[in-house]
Amino acid sequence: MHPVVSTVLQRLGLGLLTLFMVSIIIFSSIALLPGDFGQQVLGQTALPETVEAFRRELGLDKPAWLRYIDWIAAVLQGDLGTSFSGRASSGADESRSVWELIAPRLSNTLFLASFTALIAVPLSLFLGITAALKRNSIYDRSVNAMTLTTISFPEFFLAYVLIVALAGTFPTLSNVTNDMGLWERIYKIALPSLTMTLVIVAHMMRMTRAALINLLASPYIEMAQLKGASRGRVIIKHALPNAWAPIATVIAFNLAYLVVGVVVVEVVFVYPGIGQLMVDSVSSRDIPVAQGCALIFAATYILLNLLADVIGIVTNPRLLHPR
Amino acid sequence: MTTDSNKRGSKGDILLEMRNIEIDGFSDERWHDIVKGVDLTLRRGEVMGLIGESGAGKSTLGKAAMGYAQPGCRIKSGTIMFDGMDLMAATENEKRKLWGSRIAYVAQSAAASFNPAHRLVDQTVEATVDHGISDEAAAKKDAVDLYTALQLPDPENIGTRYPHQVSGGQLQRIMTAMAMSPRPDLIIFDEPTTALDVTTQVEVLVAMRDIVEQFNTAAIYITHDLAVVAQMADFIKVLRYGDEVEEAETRLMLSEPKEDYTKTLWSVRSLEKPEDKSDDIALSINNVDAAYGKSVKVLHDVTINIPRGRTVSVVGESGSGKSTTARVITGLLPPMTGNIVFNGEELPAALADRTKDQLRRIQMIYQMADTAMNPKQTVGEIIGRPLEFYHDMRGKQRDDRILELLEMIELDSSFIDRLPSELSGGQKQRICIARALAAEPEIIICDEVTSALDQIVQEGILKLLLRLQKEYGITYLFITHDIAVVTAISDEIVVMFQGKVVEQGLKSEILNPPFPEYTQLLLSSVPEMDPDWLTNLVDQRP
Repeated sequence: MHPVVSTVLQRLGLGLLTLFMVSIIIFSSIALLPGDFGQQVLGQTALPETVEAFRRELGLDKPAWLRYIDWIAAVLQGDLGTSFSGRASSGADESRSVWELIAPRLSNTLFLASFTALIAVPLSLFLGITAALKRNSIYDRSVNAMTLTTISFPEFFLAYVLIVALAGTFPTLSNVTNDMGLWERIYKIALPSLTMTLVIVAHMMRMTRAALINLLASPYIEMAQLKGASRGRVIIKHALPNAWAPIATVIAFNLAYLVVGVVVVEVVFVYPGIGQLMVDSVSSRDIPVAQGCALIFAATYILLNLLADVIGIVTNPRLLHPR
Repeated sequence: MTTDSNKRGSKGDILLEMRNIEIDGFSDERWHDIVKGVDLTLRRGEVMGLIGESGAGKSTLGKAAMGYAQPGCRIKSGTIMFDGMDLMAATENEKRKLWGSRIAYVAQSAAASFNPAHRLVDQTVEATVDHGISDEAAAKKDAVDLYTALQLPDPENIGTRYPHQVSGGQLQRIMTAMAMSPRPDLIIFDEPTTALDVTTQVEVLVAMRDIVEQFNTAAIYITHDLAVVAQMADFIKVLRYGDEVEEAETRLMLSEPKEDYTKTLWSVRSLEKPEDKSDDIALSINNVDAAYGKSVKVLHDVTINIPRGRTVSVVGESGSGKSTTARVITGLLPPMTGNIVFNGEELPAALADRTKDQLRRIQMIYQMADTAMNPKQTVGEIIGRPLEFYHDMRGKQRDDRILELLEMIELDSSFIDRLPSELSGGQKQRICIARALAAEPEIIICDEVTSALDQIVQEGILKLLLRLQKEYGITYLFITHDIAVVTAISDEIVVMFQGKVVEQGLKSEILNPPFPEYTQLLLSSVPEMDPDWLTNLVDQRP
């Protein structure tokens, strides 16, 4: 087997192992949350016997390890469980499956994240490469200063500034629905997408610039210069191919943030994403939904970092073309 | 001889003329002068040798011949005329058109100077194609011819490999092919063989010399090794501290150097300690096999005897297992099989199992004095530490002993409060010697201790080591790849090759025939101060 394939498979295995460990952490930390779903739903006045019966019905009376095994076994079969909400003290059961709750929210989040990434990643690569090319010029300094400014403000503040500045041009409520067309959706998410772009561009751009400049001190870069290569050629042809690994790592980190870290932006723009769902489920002690969201977040992080690792491996000729 | 001495005038018109070049370098927050008003004239087809120690400014001057100042340097003043073109007045773009087409550069470390991300042939022809000298297909075909001329194995396909897939010697030849690809008028060779083993160096030197001759290319050959430059250059310029010392035709320079400094440049080669036989074995390594990890076995059945109060030199190429042997003796790498006997008793294999006294008796000095000292500690702390640790010395007793030790290594008491960063390379190595001496060892293992030093400094260190041996009867195990150093310091020599001992014996036995095949190859590859050495060697070898 080609060593790259075996390395990638090995990383994939490690990723799965990590996900499994994370599932234990998620389960235990949610089990440690104070308060009780039964008490929460039935209210302070409920009789202890009623609460007890309700807990038995949801399986909350079983020991934690047994509940974990039940949960993880179901997850492995693709079943994230059933939401606790929708049940009432009246006995009516309108509860829905966790996946049914998460799916539309996840697709909204992924839509916003992909659209933002589509703008932010090329933009930051472009800014990073050109800044490295014109190192220490006025252009370099102003790009640095600007991105540093945008990353220094809290994201909700940026969001409100954008609302104030662009409220006439773009909608300030991003309440997308399923029946909207693509363009209308894009129009609706313009402001949250712009906010997040401003937040992540700085990090990616600075890392791209730093990775390239770091390589510019290499003897092979001097060699390329002494072969008469132009500045652009030196950066694009000689530095960039060796800089993908660190750049991919920082991009993966920021893309993961786009999926899992945007709850504040979602709240500001009332965007129905998965971040809000998770916060709601935690505050209402809807354990299956909270666990499902957390697991999806963890998987996103692991998957994106795995991808960055793979890019680092396949762009390394030492691994790709062994002796 | 007569044709040779006429060479300078006969080879053609002036190609490069540098007048009164001054170059500054920026460090420690201020500008220092690196090159102080040097002139240089090179005619078409000539090879000039530029020699000097580190800091002489030879590499900086060589790059300035291209109109290039490396980052942190600036060409302050002077004129550089390349074939009628004023490089001082030329714009970046104009110079870029020359670089890689009419002037080419061959760097010291080929391994670092090839881009790891691209195939070798693409890098070989890059400048040629980029400058529009020839189209890609033709340039690649020509590259194969150049690879053939440089005697690279499998010239048709070697170009499709990546830099990490070929050896250092091959890379250095491919870099020569890369420089030759656009058929430049001038090539700057910047210490191109310094990083290579002597046996590899010979092949690379021959290849470079022949191809420069074949295409009648002018070249500046920069090196610190006079014997190497004697093989390559028509005439030699000696630099020191950024000034020219002297310039002369090669044979003249070798037979009658005018300046004292030039004479000292190869003085280390005149140092020779008479050998002294002894059968009193202080330490012996018996049938040792050792490996890194479980799979990579680096020592095979190594047996070495080290007589008391004598110097045993271990010679061999990189990868021959010299330093691993040192690690086995010190206990850093316990052997798989075999043992180490010290003063008639078997030493515990692992460092952790040895007593403090056993540790004290074997000390080590390393190649890079820089990295072997804590940069935040003063000289006094560095030398004082083993005094406290091994001899439990405190206060005034300790301070007095530090002063004694400084005197032993020929430094005065003013050094006691200095930091390593305030010392020169030679002084740092002396401090490392004092630190080893502080333990009052019986054996000192010297691992390439002079390799990073200039010739004159090297000589000082070797003399110091010899004096200490005479006065205190210390035993040395001296690891080196430099045959000149071996001749200077050893009583006995061990030749190693691919993890095995080829032979061990008295210096006179090893350095004189009959030789085992490898020793013959190794010894004959050491450049000699004779301009015909390389030519004769090539004639002799099959």
